[in-house]
Amino acid sequence: MIKIVKRDQPSKAIFFFTPVLAIFLTLVAGGIIFYILGFKPFEALKFFFIVPIADRYGFSELLLKATPLCLIAIGLSFCFKSNNWNIGAEGQLTFGAIVSGGIALLFYDQEGFYILPLVILAGAIGGMIYASIPAILKTYFNTNEILVSLMLVYVSKLILDYLVVGPWSNPEGFNFPETRQFSDSARLPLLIEGLRIHAGIFLALAAVVISWFVFYKTYLGFQMKVSGFSLKTAKYAGYKGKKMIILVFLISGACAGLAGVGEITGPIGQLHREVSPDYGFTAIIVAFLGRLHPVGIIFASLVVAITYLGAETAQIFMQIPKYTGQVFQGMILFFLLASDYLLFFKFKFIDTKK
Amino acid sequence: MIIDVNFVGLIIASIMASAVPLILASCGELITERSGVLNLGVEGMMIIGAISGFALMTVTGSLIIAVFGAMLAGVLISTIFAFLTQTLITNHVATGLALTIFGIGISAMIGKNFVGIPGKEFPVLFEGLKDTIPLLSPILFGHSIVFYFAFALPFITSYFLKKTKVGLIVRAVGDSPESASNQGINVKLVRYACILYGGAMCGLAGAYLSMIYTPQWIENMTGGRGWIALALVVFSTWNPIKILIGAMIFGGLTIIQFHMQAIGVRIPVQFLTALPYLVTIIVLVVISRDSRKIRLSTPSSLGKSFHKDN
Repeated sequence: MIKIVKRDQPSKAIFFFTPVLAIFLTLVAGGIIFYILGFKPFEALKFFFIVPIADRYGFSELLLKATPLCLIAIGLSFCFKSNNWNIGAEGQLTFGAIVSGGIALLFYDQEGFYILPLVILAGAIGGMIYASIPAILKTYFNTNEILVSLMLVYVSKLILDYLVVGPWSNPEGFNFPETRQFSDSARLPLLIEGLRIHAGIFLALAAVVISWFVFYKTYLGFQMKVSGFSLKTAKYAGYKGKKMIILVFLISGACAGLAGVGEITGPIGQLHREVSPDYGFTAIIVAFLGRLHPVGIIFASLVVAITYLGAETAQIFMQIPKYTGQVFQGMILFFLLASDYLLFFKFKFIDTKK
Repeated sequence: MIIDVNFVGLIIASIMASAVPLILASCGELITERSGVLNLGVEGMMIIGAISGFALMTVTGSLIIAVFGAMLAGVLISTIFAFLTQTLITNHVATGLALTIFGIGISAMIGKNFVGIPGKEFPVLFEGLKDTIPLLSPILFGHSIVFYFAFALPFITSYFLKKTKVGLIVRAVGDSPESASNQGINVKLVRYACILYGGAMCGLAGAYLSMIYTPQWIENMTGGRGWIALALVVFSTWNPIKILIGAMIFGGLTIIQFHMQAIGVRIPVQFLTALPYLVTIIVLVVISRDSRKIRLSTPSSLGKSFHKDN
C-alpha cells in the first residue's frame, strides 16, 4: 500500500529537481495539445523548441528575449521572497520605457557619450516611481498591492498610447502611432554585427550578481527571507517592515524599468504602442521557475524565452497559433506548483501484512 | 434643453447592462473568497467562458447549450485551480495567476477560427412592455434572462450566506477552517464546491460578454473586467449587496466614456479609458484605509491553505 507522508523538512534536492520535472511535464502536455489540434506532436515540439535556436541568429534572438525576462524576474524575486505580490512589472516596464524614451527624444538630434547613461538612469527611475505607487499605498493605506499594481499596468499602456498617438508622435511620421527614432547615442550598442543581441544583457547579468550578493551576503537579504517565511517573526525581530516593502518594490521597479530601456534602446529604437510582448507577466513565471534564485532565474529565463521564439516559428512553419506560447507558459507554472507537492510530501510504501 | 426621460432610462439601462458581467463574476468570486480561497484566475475563467459560449453557439446553434456550456467550461478550468490549491496545497496567488495566463492563451487558441464571425441575436424578455412606462420601461423590460439573473444574484447570494445552513458552513470554513473541521465539516469539499461555483459564474459572465453584450469573439475581450471584479469584492467588504453598487459605478464609468466621446468632450480618449482602473485604485485606497474594518469583514483564512494531517 502506498501512503502519502509529510516530510519532516522540505527536500533540498527536490527543490531544484521539480522545475526540471515541470518542464518535462509541460512538454508532454504540450505534445498532447498539439495532437488534439491535429498536428504531429513530435514535429510540432521540434519546431517549437529546437528549430528556433538551432542557428546563430536564433541563439541571439533567444538571448534577446531572455534578457528582459531575467532582469524583471530578478527584481520580482526581491518582492516574492519577502511576501510582496508585485504583479504589475509590465506596467513598471512600460512606465520606465516612457520616461527613458522621453529623455531619448529630448536628444533625438544630438550625439554624445552622456546621452545613453541618462536614458538608462531615467528608465530605472521611471520604473521605481511607478512601483512606488502600490508600495506606498500598501504600507500607508493598507491597500492590496496585487490589484493596484495590476490596474496600473492598464493605465501605463494607455499613457504610452496617448503619448505616441498625440504629443510625442513623430511630426514627420504620417500620423503613425510612433515617436521619432532615437539618435545613435541613445541606443544600446549591439554585441555582434548583424545580430540583434545588445549590451542590455550586461544589465541583466549585473542584476544577477548583485541580487545574489544581497540575498545571501547581506542583512537585508536575511530580513527578506525571514519576512517571507513569517511576517510575525519579522515583526517580533523588530524589522522595519514598511521600509523593506518600499525597498523591494523600488528594486523590482528599477529592474522592470531597465528592461523597458533595453527594449526601446535596443531592438526597437523608438517608442510605439507595443514596447513589450507581456514580458512583465511572463517574468512572474520565470521568477517561480527559477526558484527565486539568481542562477535559477538565468536558466528559467532561457527556457521561457524559447516559448516566445517557438510560438513564432511554429506559426510560420506549421500554422500553429502563436498563443500556444502563453498556453505553455501557463502550463509550466501549473506543473511547477503541482510538483511542489513533492517538496513537502513523499510517497511511502507500507507493508500492510504486519 | 428638454431632457427626454426615455433617453435617461436608456442610459441607465446601458449602465446596468455593462454592470452585468461584473456582478456575475464578483458574486461568484465572493462565495469562493468567503470559503477562504483567493482565486485570482477570474480574468482567465471569464475569457474561457466567453470563447466557450461563443464557439458552442456558433457550432451547435443552441443558445441554451452555449450558456450552460460556458458555465461548464468555467467549472472545468476552475477544477484545475481547485485541485492544485486544495489537493496539492499550492499557493493561491501563484496558481490564480497561472490560471489567468493559461486561460488567455487557450481562449485565443480556440478562438482563432471564430474571429470575425457575427454573433446571434439573444432573445429578450418583456419586449412588448417596452413603451408602457416612461423612464422605467427601458430599465425594467426588454433584457436577456442573464441580465435579470445578474440583478437578482446579489440578493440570492446575501440570503444564501446569511439565512441558509449551507451558507453558514461556507462562512465557517472561511473564517475558521480548524473549528469547522473539528465540527466534522469537510473543509476541502466545501472549498472545492465554492471554487467550482465561482468558475461557473465567471464562465457565465464571459458568455454574457461574447453572446449578449457584444455578440462576437474578440481576443482578450474581457479587457481587465476580471480584475475589476476582484477589486469589487474588496470594495464590497465581502457583502453581496454592495457589489451591486460597485458594479453600477464601474458600469457607469464605462458608459460615460462612450457618451463623452459622442458629445465631443476634449479629453483624450485614453484618459477616459483609464478612468475605471484609476477609480478602482482610489476606491480600494478609501475602503482599505480603515484597516480595522477590513480586518473584521475579510474572511479570516482568505488565501491560506488548509491541510489536515491524517
